Amino acid sequence: MTTQETGAADPSAAQTGSDTVLSLQNVTKVFNGNLMALKGMSLDIRRGDFVSLLGPSGCGKSTALRLIAGLSHATSGRIAWHGGQGAGDLGVVFQEPTLMPWATVAQNVWLPLRLRGKSYNAVKDDIREALSLVGLENFLNAYPRELSGGMKMRVSIARAIATHPRLILMDEPFAALDEITRHKLNDDLLQLRAKTGATIVFVTHSVFESVFLSNRIVVMAARPGRVIRELTVDAAYPRTDDFRTTPEYARYCSQATEALHAAMGEHA
Amino acid sequence: MSTDTEAQVTAEDLVMDEEEAARARARRNERIGRWLLPLIVVALTIYAWDRICVVNNIPHYLLPRPGLVAQTLIKDWVLLFNALLITLQTTVLALGVAVLGGVGLAVLFTQSKFIEMSFYPYAVILQVTPIVSIAPLIFIYVDSKTAGLLICAWIVAFFPILSNTTLGLNSADHNLRDLFKIYGATRWQRLRFLQLPSALPYFLGGLRIAGGLALIGSVVAEYVAGTGGVGSGLAFTILEAGYRLNIPRMFAALLLIAGAGVVIFMSLSILSHLLLRKWHESALKREV
Repeated sequence: MTTQETGAADPSAAQTGSDTVLSLQNVTKVFNGNLMALKGMSLDIRRGDFVSLLGPSGCGKSTALRLIAGLSHATSGRIAWHGGQGAGDLGVVFQEPTLMPWATVAQNVWLPLRLRGKSYNAVKDDIREALSLVGLENFLNAYPRELSGGMKMRVSIARAIATHPRLILMDEPFAALDEITRHKLNDDLLQLRAKTGATIVFVTHSVFESVFLSNRIVVMAARPGRVIRELTVDAAYPRTDDFRTTPEYARYCSQATEALHAAMGEHA
Repeated sequence: MSTDTEAQVTAEDLVMDEEEAARARARRNERIGRWLLPLIVVALTIYAWDRICVVNNIPHYLLPRPGLVAQTLIKDWVLLFNALLITLQTTVLALGVAVLGGVGLAVLFTQSKFIEMSFYPYAVILQVTPIVSIAPLIFIYVDSKTAGLLICAWIVAFFPILSNTTLGLNSADHNLRDLFKIYGATRWQRLRFLQLPSALPYFLGGLRIAGGLALIGSVVAEYVAGTGGVGSGLAFTILEAGYRLNIPRMFAALLLIAGAGVVIFMSLSILSHLLLRKWHESALKREV
């Protein structure tokens, strides 16, 4: 199959389940005709899922994210959105905060709404709400340079949720932060998810982060990038900092670590 | 383990130690020195110039003493000031057209790689060919002397704006570009909300260079245009004074040109600072 569907819902949606937001079916991406970045990836993302893509560098996890975001197109296989809009209905958080330095915090959060033709006054409340969800309601008029790395990342997250997207893509958003800030942001991200019911695909190379955050972990291997195992983390939400000290958490971590070793092992 | 009392900082704890005191002194000296040192050097230079004239008995039609230049400046003020206004008018107009042309072409270039590939060489050729060698041709083909002056000054001034703005428009953060793409931004939205703000610091850098070049362009064009017609700007005044061996007036006119250049540069620097002070690295004050 070589079609790629990012537009309206397709007829097969009913079979994959009505709560499926997005499905990847046997998606392959070859760069430049000679580098297979992703091979035959299949994945159904259901509403409310927190899916982590976990793997070593070069395993195609970021490629998968770019394909979902519509920034590049699959060589073969298909990416189908179910029930309504397609890739336009996304929120994205990159590894860098990626804020516009010349714009205030509020203007940065306004951006996705502005690009849809919404005036500032029309969406003022959405902007405030998004910023208060990340705890920055008092920084509307600050410029990015006045904020710490963790706060910038919060603004980036607020921007991603401002449009109430059906799916949020996060590409190693906390990788560049220090561990204390990272833990705090992990906690806050889960709270935010509980409040908004967001569906999230999260790329990471941290076993601990993926176990703490997600209900599904997709472990990927490199050369060629592919899925080698999928783990389910059944621990109930809400998960707080205490979850990190439970035997359950330790068990999931060792499972994920083992899967990751298997992924690395073939080419280590 | 620390306790609450240890965490308290009292007024007595906040002492100015040796190192910090030395640093504060160094900062204060630097602040004063920034203004004082150039003034002292200028004063010494003028004094040395005066002494050289006196000691070597140099006649005023070869090298006038600074006092005589100052007198001439006052005596010929009306003539010199009108000439300055004419030169400045050409300069400012040329700079304005250079901004429009430079930014316009840069936007056009970034909209299509093929336009850039096709026309960039012409921009380079215009830039590297010395204006003195093109100017006579321009004055043959263009009837209006004012228009001729403007074209010459424009050719010299527009290139730094074009090349800097093109660079700036192309150097928008690539993640932000992706973000705009994901959110389905139109070409116009990308230009307006992403590329133009990204290019602003680069553009302002180019503008500062172009300001000086526009002045040089107008002066050179006046030299080439010569005596006839309207243009009796500062360059023409210098030429005329040279024919009459009125060396003090040449110096006075030269002083005004240099002064005008400095004022243009400073105004553009201030403009740049005002536009960038809120967000750009170049305009931020850093703690030590």
